[in-house]
Amino acid sequence: MLLEIKNLYANVEGKEILRGINLTVNKGEIHAIMGPNGSGKSTLANVLAGHSSFEVTKGEVFYNGKNLLELSPEDRAREGIFLAFQYPVELPGVSNTNLLKTAVNEIRKYRGEEQMDAVDFLQMIKQKMKLVELDDSLLRRSVNEGFSGGEKKRNEIFQMAVLEPTLAILDETDSGLDIDALRVVANGVTKLKSAENATIVVTHYQRLLNYIVPDFVHVLSKGRIVKSGGKELAVELEEKGYDWIKEKVVA
Amino acid sequence: MSDILEFKNTLISGFAALEKSLNGQSKKAFHSVRKEALTKFEHADFPNIKNEEWRHTNISPILKHTFNPLSDASLLSSADVQKFVFGDAFKYVMVFINGKFHPELSTLDNLPEGLIVKSIAAANEENNTVVEKHLGKYALSDGQIFTALSTAYTFDGAFINVKAGKVIEDSVHILFITDSRNEKLITQPRNLFVAEKNSHASVLEHYVSLQDDVYFTNAVTEVVVEENAFFDHVKLQEESKKAFHISRMEINQKRSSNFTSHAVSLGGIISRNDVNSKFNEDGGECTLNGLFMIEGSQLSDTHTLIDHAKPHCNSHEHYKGILDDSSRGVFNGKVIVRQDAQKTNAFQQNNNILLSTDAVINTKPQLEIFADDVKCSHGATIGQLDEEAMFYLKTRGIGDDIGRGMLLHAFASDVVKSIKLQPVRDYIETILSRKFNQ
Ligand SMILES: Nc1ncnc2c1ncn2[C@@H]1O[C@H](COP(=O)(O)OP(=O)(O)OP(=O)(O)O)[C@@H](O)[C@H]1O
Ligand SMILES: [Mg+2]
Repeated sequence: MLLEIKNLYANVEGKEILRGINLTVNKGEIHAIMGPNGSGKSTLANVLAGHSSFEVTKGEVFYNGKNLLELSPEDRAREGIFLAFQYPVELPGVSNTNLLKTAVNEIRKYRGEEQMDAVDFLQMIKQKMKLVELDDSLLRRSVNEGFSGGEKKRNEIFQMAVLEPTLAILDETDSGLDIDALRVVANGVTKLKSAENATIVVTHYQRLLNYIVPDFVHVLSKGRIVKSGGKELAVELEEKGYDWIKEKVVA
Repeated sequence: MSDILEFKNTLISGFAALEKSLNGQSKKAFHSVRKEALTKFEHADFPNIKNEEWRHTNISPILKHTFNPLSDASLLSSADVQKFVFGDAFKYVMVFINGKFHPELSTLDNLPEGLIVKSIAAANEENNTVVEKHLGKYALSDGQIFTALSTAYTFDGAFINVKAGKVIEDSVHILFITDSRNEKLITQPRNLFVAEKNSHASVLEHYVSLQDDVYFTNAVTEVVVEENAFFDHVKLQEESKKAFHISRMEINQKRSSNFTSHAVSLGGIISRNDVNSKFNEDGGECTLNGLFMIEGSQLSDTHTLIDHAKPHCNSHEHYKGILDDSSRGVFNGKVIVRQDAQKTNAFQQNNNILLSTDAVINTKPQLEIFADDVKCSHGATIGQLDEEAMFYLKTRGIGDDIGRGMLLHAFASDVVKSIKLQPVRDYIETILSRKFNQ
């Protein structure tokens, strides 16, 4: 078991958003989380990444057997968790290269590995860039500053490719992408997939799931997973919307 | 009160001694300007916080010291000087020690035709007409105690004159070193830069000290940028952390001229910088950028004034501050757009980061707009580091210390990266890297 979420409750600004999440993710799996706006998808992603605005009030999360909630956000990243943000922040003045070099070396330091030298780093970067069909010039530019929506999302996937996480959480990485960018993002995810890692994709659209085929689809509503199924659930959701599930829950 | 009297008396009696040492120069026409300025100094008020222009900047600590205005010659070797120059990145270097020009330590060989670099004293000696025409004409002494003092004591100082049509690729490094090891000094660098029509030049004004001593720098710089000339100015203030630094720069711009200034202020227990630029004719372009980084109980105050007196001029102003510990910062950015000055563009930004809850910044834009067809904007921010940015870095495995350093470095670099003098830019980048531990 890579990730085990047990009866997780979380608040933001005193408001209860997550209300008893249970989810198990094994290595090699892809999970899709869908659900209406405001249902708590990003909140779940942020809680897993360790955002301090979200207060866990109940429940437990184990990652690789460790109590995840006790780890600082940076240690979670160093342990192999990666969050691709729904709205990536801009970091004026911090170049993409600088960000990634620092990140790679901080992660290596934590793991007791040697620092990567500049030549190896550059080579690795070049290779990963091809994977997401990213333009060279974006490397020298400030992280996400002045990037188009699509470029930002691609940049998140590029960072993921560089950091090679064990658990990647992609929060609506497909939203707002044109079909070409979507294909690039999906290819990136698919190519990085292995028996040793797992991915959680948060999405509104079945479209992405044509490319990234999930093993499980979960529906989040009002802070709870109200339905889980295989990839066919996504198709059903796209056709019928979420109302039929909500009704079922009430009933 | 008696402190002020004593402060004045020391400088007034110092003036008598200066006069004696001037020899022939006291018979030149400029000497009457000195004497007149001394009278103005005598009658000017010493600024206090009741004065709106000095509201947040209490400079009375200056009065607790007695500063000698006439230091004995300091004997520094070229090795002492070497650590302040940027290798041989600058082809021309003017070295001043305690306000006195030292040709033997300077590098002014093979000046190109059309570039005049000499001390004001030397220029006065030969009755230089450009100096006669401009010196003291823009930084007026009335009611300005420190300018009056500077003018009264005008002797050495840097005079740079680029003749019409000359494009000077190499920059001049003007280095003011204070050696205050023996006694507390007041040094008064007085500079005049005149870029004539269609000329192009760049200058670094650099303030350093030999040690972390108490002293007082009172600097006045006048800049004239004539028609279609381009003048690029960098001021790097690395005074002792115990020093007082009061400076004033007056920029006078003619038609279609372009003036750029970057002021990087790091030193001084109290520093006050007045930068005033005036568009006297149409079509000028003025950029005033600055960065101050202070800590401990340092106080850094910048007052800028851009006077859009004529139409079709553009001004861009961006100042940034990083304040740690219980340091205090002041930014006052005044922009006047006069009735005639249609089609003015004036943009001003001031962004500050407070690294400690004890640090304080007072920032105030002051826009006075009397024309209607203008584009003006201003913005000021005061804040801590962006929490969301910090979180983003953390999710990439970058912890608090390094993340903070990266963001602060980026914040500061923003101003530094537009410095055109590469050796200076690199040098400041090194300071930033060291400070923000990357
Ligand atoms: N920082 C915050 N402060 C206050 N409320 C918040 C904050 N973040 C989220 N919320 C609230 O929590 C609820 C869940 O938000 P969340 O972003 O997790 O939803 P989501 O499922 O990701 O929605 P979407 O599909 O629109 O991205 C919403 O009501 C939202 O307004
Ligand atoms: Mg969301």
